[in-house]
Amino acid sequence: MKKNFTLSELFITCVVSLFSLICILPILLVFTNSIASEKSIGTYGYSFFPKEISLSAYRAIFYPGSPILKSYAISVFITAAGTILALLITYLAAYALANRHVKYRNELALFFFITTVFNSGLVPWYLMCKLLHLYNNIWSLIIPSLVFSPFNLFLMRNFIRGLPDSLMESAKMDGAKETRIAFQIYFPLCLPAIATVSLFYALGYWNDWFNAVMLLDNANLYPLQMTLFKIQSDSKMLSEVTSIIAMNPPTESLKMATAIVTIGPIVLLYPFLQKYFVKGMIVGAIKG
Amino acid sequence: MCLNGLQKVVKEICANRMCYLFLLPAVIYTLLFGYFTLPYMVIAFERYDFTKGIGSPWVGFKNFEFFFKSSEVWVVTRNTIVLNGLFIVCGTVVAIALALLFNEVKKKLFLKTAQSFMLFPHFISWVIVSYILYALLSTNGLLNHWIAAFGGNPVRWYSEPNAWYVILVALYIVKNAGYTSIIYLASITSIDEGLYEAAVIDGANRWQQMKHITLPLLMPTVSILALMSIGRIFFADFGMMYALIKDNGLLLPVADVIDTYVFRMMRVTGEPSLAMAVGLFQSAVGFFMVYGSNALAKKKYPDGALF
Repeated sequence: MKKNFTLSELFITCVVSLFSLICILPILLVFTNSIASEKSIGTYGYSFFPKEISLSAYRAIFYPGSPILKSYAISVFITAAGTILALLITYLAAYALANRHVKYRNELALFFFITTVFNSGLVPWYLMCKLLHLYNNIWSLIIPSLVFSPFNLFLMRNFIRGLPDSLMESAKMDGAKETRIAFQIYFPLCLPAIATVSLFYALGYWNDWFNAVMLLDNANLYPLQMTLFKIQSDSKMLSEVTSIIAMNPPTESLKMATAIVTIGPIVLLYPFLQKYFVKGMIVGAIKG
Repeated sequence: MCLNGLQKVVKEICANRMCYLFLLPAVIYTLLFGYFTLPYMVIAFERYDFTKGIGSPWVGFKNFEFFFKSSEVWVVTRNTIVLNGLFIVCGTVVAIALALLFNEVKKKLFLKTAQSFMLFPHFISWVIVSYILYALLSTNGLLNHWIAAFGGNPVRWYSEPNAWYVILVALYIVKNAGYTSIIYLASITSIDEGLYEAAVIDGANRWQQMKHITLPLLMPTVSILALMSIGRIFFADFGMMYALIKDNGLLLPVADVIDTYVFRMMRVTGEPSLAMAVGLFQSAVGFFMVYGSNALAKKKYPDGALF
């Protein structure tokens, strides 16, 4: 047997494993308790190995007319609509900024960049949203603060710049219009950057509750994250969520189950997220 | 002369009208939520009236006076600096340590798996983190379960303000260290292999290589990332603090930060002018922090400065 496992390697493996477990085990704890029965949590507390399994919490969530289901639909809608809109705005602007025929591209890039350094803060932003009637409606969850980010713009622009210039020249020579070049020639070539930017935006929308805290008073429009926040901070919300269950509504396991259905899509998309996110992140951190 | 310049601009826009049209949505967005919000900063010197908008009555420095006299402001400023300072120092140290450890791991599959685990918390929202925390810390939570198993008395974590320094720092590390360490690892892997080969010929072991090659060459990247955080030391992560602390009055003495204070001032108390005054103070001090820390970094690591 080869002696290739030294003491220092063992130490490194242990430390790295330990930190990974600290990152992931608490999420597992939430999951195991989401399928625990209310009685088991009540008697034995939260544990990795619940004494009694029950799916009543999930039944309560997927009960027709449950507020959580409604929030879920709102979250899905704002994530889908927001990501498409954000991607379109970003891609079009990035395409124009990467185009060498556009004379003022650098001035415009500076124009976008400045807002990332000097921003006026929360209060002016809030008053502007109110002025634009982006308050207490579904658009207030989509348009303010998330629909366009200069960081993603520059990420996309740098990617398009990396494509050969001759592509544009030959397309122009063949008489293709700008819209055609942008959508039929460049768009398919930009798919890696588009995937990265869409994931950034989609994750932002899915996890967003800042807009909801700031701009919503109407509980009927709460996205999932906001409902979750309210369940914890406001006992009225919890009783509203459980009121549709007549007998002994689960509360503790219901909280955990709601958290699990909220991170569900992230878990499913995680392989893609990780791949594109790390790429985009490293590019952004080093070149940005 | 001026007309000539304008004609040139119009001509350029006409020549590439499609491209400028493509830029239009982004420009409108940036104008509305970027540049056009700037005039609102003037309300820090007014008594804001929702019906009058920017033209509300002028009160001079009254809002600032109120806020410098109130003791709460110093508490939130102190909390913001202390917590962010702890986050920067502990977060950076752990991330560097992780990156150095990753660099020594030979088995690629193990490394990939460990990194996937560590990056996951970065993708979930602070609201979810507060649920995880609840499962761990509530009176019925796992931690109290374990404390009881060892014969201790259960601790009411949500009414122990001082414990929250540790809790918040730990959460910050779990959520961000995996992510930052990947940036550091990318920077380590771009170090010239020749340096290590030369060091091995000179008889350096792994430890010495790390100390004399990896660490010094990693410093510019560390410096840039640390600078960015120090520049924002007066800006707390609103999402993190509000999701975890909420309006828990028992924890506010250690965990109320400028951003949550401004939020309450604006949304709960309904005093946009006072909130703006605090925000303006925050921006002004933050601006000096960026410049100061950048100048300091320039002296030490010329490559590690932001501008």
